[in-house]
Amino acid sequence: MVLKAFFPTCCASADSGLLVGRWVPEQSSAVVLAVVHFPFIPIQVKELLAQVQQASQVGVTVLGTWCHRRQEPEESLGHFLEGLGAIFSHKPWFQLCRERGSKSWSCKATHWQGPTSHAASGEDQVMLIFYDQRKVLLSQLHPPAVLPDRQAGDTTASAGGLAAVFDTVARSEALFQSDRFDEGPVRLSHWQSEGVEASILVELAKWAAGPVCLLLACLLSLVSAASACRVFKLWPLSFIWSKLSTCEQLRHRLEQLTLIFSTRKAKNPAQLMRKANMLVSVLLDVALGLMLLSWLHRKDLIGQLADALIPVADHVAEELQHLLQWLMGAPAGLKMNRALDQVLGRFFLYHIHLWISYIHLMSPFIERILWHVGLSACLGLTVALSILSDIIALLTFHIYCFYVYGARLYCLKIHGLSSLWRLFRGKKWNVLRQRVDSCSYDLDQLFIGTLLFTILVFLLPTTALYYLVFTLLRLLVVTVQGLIHLLVDLINSLPLYSLGLRLCRPYRLAAGVKFRVLEHETGRPLRLLMQVSIACILPCSSKGLREPG
Amino acid sequence: MEDEQSFSDICGGRLALQRRCYSPSCLEFCLSCPRITLRSLTAVTCTVWLAAYGLFTLCENSMILSAAIFITLLGLLGYLHFVKIDHETLLIIDSLGIQMTSSYASGKESTTFIEMGEVKDVVINEAIYMQKVIYYLCILLKDPVEPHGISQVVPLFQSAKPRLDCLIEVYRSCQDILAHQKATSTSP
Repeated sequence: MVLKAFFPTCCASADSGLLVGRWVPEQSSAVVLAVVHFPFIPIQVKELLAQVQQASQVGVTVLGTWCHRRQEPEESLGHFLEGLGAIFSHKPWFQLCRERGSKSWSCKATHWQGPTSHAASGEDQVMLIFYDQRKVLLSQLHPPAVLPDRQAGDTTASAGGLAAVFDTVARSEALFQSDRFDEGPVRLSHWQSEGVEASILVELAKWAAGPVCLLLACLLSLVSAASACRVFKLWPLSFIWSKLSTCEQLRHRLEQLTLIFSTRKAKNPAQLMRKANMLVSVLLDVALGLMLLSWLHRKDLIGQLADALIPVADHVAEELQHLLQWLMGAPAGLKMNRALDQVLGRFFLYHIHLWISYIHLMSPFIERILWHVGLSACLGLTVALSILSDIIALLTFHIYCFYVYGARLYCLKIHGLSSLWRLFRGKKWNVLRQRVDSCSYDLDQLFIGTLLFTILVFLLPTTALYYLVFTLLRLLVVTVQGLIHLLVDLINSLPLYSLGLRLCRPYRLAAGVKFRVLEHETGRPLRLLMQVSIACILPCSSKGLREPG
Repeated sequence: MEDEQSFSDICGGRLALQRRCYSPSCLEFCLSCPRITLRSLTAVTCTVWLAAYGLFTLCENSMILSAAIFITLLGLLGYLHFVKIDHETLLIIDSLGIQMTSSYASGKESTTFIEMGEVKDVVINEAIYMQKVIYYLCILLKDPVEPHGISQVVPLFQSAKPRLDCLIEVYRSCQDILAHQKATSTSP
C-alpha cells in the first residue's frame, strides 16, 4: 500500500522537531498529532508519551522528524535529525522537510533494517494528507467510545479506514491539553498550542447542569408517579383520557422532559442531538404559548370568544336544521321515500333540539372554562392547540352522533341487501367455509326474502343520501381537527437545534470528507487536503464515515 | 501530466475529457458537459414572455409582465444552481478512496467520497434509458454482511452520460489503480 502521512495544518508553520503520533499498520498510515520542538530531553519525551498513552488508550509514539528550514540547509541539523532515528526507533521512520516560505515539501520514509546494515534500508513513496485538527475533533465522525473493559493499546480492529484516523485524533485529548504558555519540560505544537479553547458560559452551564437536572428529574418523577396512580386507570376515566388529544400531548411532553433531564449522559452524538432538539422544541413551545396568552389577555379576546360561542353554536344548529328540512323535502331533485324520510328527519331534529338545550344550560360557565383553558397555554402552544381541537370535537359531538347513526343504518342495510341478493340468486354464505355456496330454499323463504329485498332496495336512496350527507359533515370536522394536529406534530418534531447548527456551526453536522489535490511538482510527494464536508440538514447516522451512494 | 480528448455523449453533444495524472497512485478525470447555448436561452425567454404578453392582452393587468420577468430570472438562477452541471470530476487515490465531484454552472460543488475499503470493483454496465440502451460506468460497493455480495451500485458521470469509448478510457485507468491496490493491500 502507498504510505500515507496525515499532517495537521496547524503544524505546517511550526519549527523543526520530532513528529509525534500514531502508526496504523492496517492502513499503512501515520497520523501525526503534534510536533515536539528542540531542545528536549529524550527521556522526558518518552515519559510524556507514556503518560498520554495511559490516559487515552492510544498508542502514541515518535514517528519521525520534522524539519522546517530556511533557504540554506543546515548540515548539522540534518545529521542530528538522522541520529535521532537511532534513539527513537520506529518502523518506518518519517522525515518530513519543508523549505521556509515556499510550498515545496519533501517526505521520506525509511525502513531501518538494523544499526549495522545501512545499505539495506528501503525508501517508499509517501502521500501527505493535510487535515484540520480542530474541525476533525469537533465533527465527531469517529466511532462511538470503546467500552472501558476492552484492553488498552490500539483501537478496535473494526474501525477501518479514515474512521481510525478520526478516532485517533479524538481520543488524544490528553496530548492537546498543554499550550505554549505552560512551563512543561517538553514544548509541543498542536491546534491548541496557542491557547486552550474554553468558554466561561459553557463551563458554568456544565457545572450548574448537574444539580438542576437532578432537581427537575425528581419533580418529573413525582408528576409521572401521580399520573400513573390507580384512580386514573378506572374505566370511564381511562376511556376519556385515551380519547382526549390534550392528555396525549401532555403525556408526550412529560416523556420528553423526563428524557431531557435524566441524569444519564447521552451515549453518542445522535442521542445528544435528539435531546437538544427536544429541549429547543419545548422552550419554543412554551415561548409561543406565553406569547399567545399575552395576546389573548391584552385584547380581552377570551371574553369576546365566550360571548360569541353560544350564538355560533346556535347558528350551526340552525344550519343543520335547514339541511334536514331540505333532506326531508326533495333534495337535489331526488324523490325520497316519504315515510322513512320523515322518521329519520324528525329523529335527527330532536337530537339537535336536545343538543341546543345542553349548550344553553352550560352558557353561564363558558367564560370561566375558557379562561382556565387559556391559562393552560403557558404549558405550551401545542397544549393550547390540543385543547382547541378537543373543544371542537366536543362542540360537534352531535355531528359525530349523526354520522354514527347514519353509518350504522347504512351498514345494516347493505348487509341485509347482500344477504338477500344471495338468496335471490339461490346462494348462501357458508360461515364455516367462509365462502358462498349454493343452497335450495323453500318457497315461502324465497317469497319473504324477495319481498324484503325489494323493500330494502327501494329504501336504499334515502338511507344512502343521509349517510352521504353526514359522512361529509364528519369529514369536514375531521379535516379541521387533522390540520390542528398536523400543526401540533410540526412543533413537536421540528429539529430546530439541528437547523440552527447547520446555519451557525456547520462543521458539527459533518457527513463525510472530501479531498483536494494541492499544487503538485514532479519529484515531490503528492499533497492532498482533507476537508470535512457538511451534511444536508441532519446527521444521517452515528456510524462514522458511511457515505451516501 | 495532463491530457485532453474530445468525445460525444449519448445525444451527440460534445464532451471534453481531461485526464490528469498526479502520481502513479493518484488520477483525476474531468468530464465537461456541453454548455448552455444562447439559442436555447433565447428560445425559452421568448416563449415565456410571449405567453405573458398573451395573458396581458387578455387580462389587461400589468402585474403579469413583471411576474413573467421575475419568473424568468428566478427560473434561470434556479436552473444554473440546482440543475445545470458544468463538469464532473472523478478522483481516484490508491489505498484512500474514490471521490466524485459535480460542479454546477453557478459554482456550487457537491462531493461524494467512497473509501477504498468499501469499493469492490468498477465496471461498465448496460442500462435501458428511455428508448435507448446505454453504457454507464459504476462503482460496486461491498456488502458488509455477505463477503461476495454487492450492497450498492453507484453510477458515475450521470449528467454527462458519455459513450462507450470515453468510458473505456476511464475504465482502463481505474482498473490499473484498483489492481495495484488489491495487489498491495494487507487485508484479505
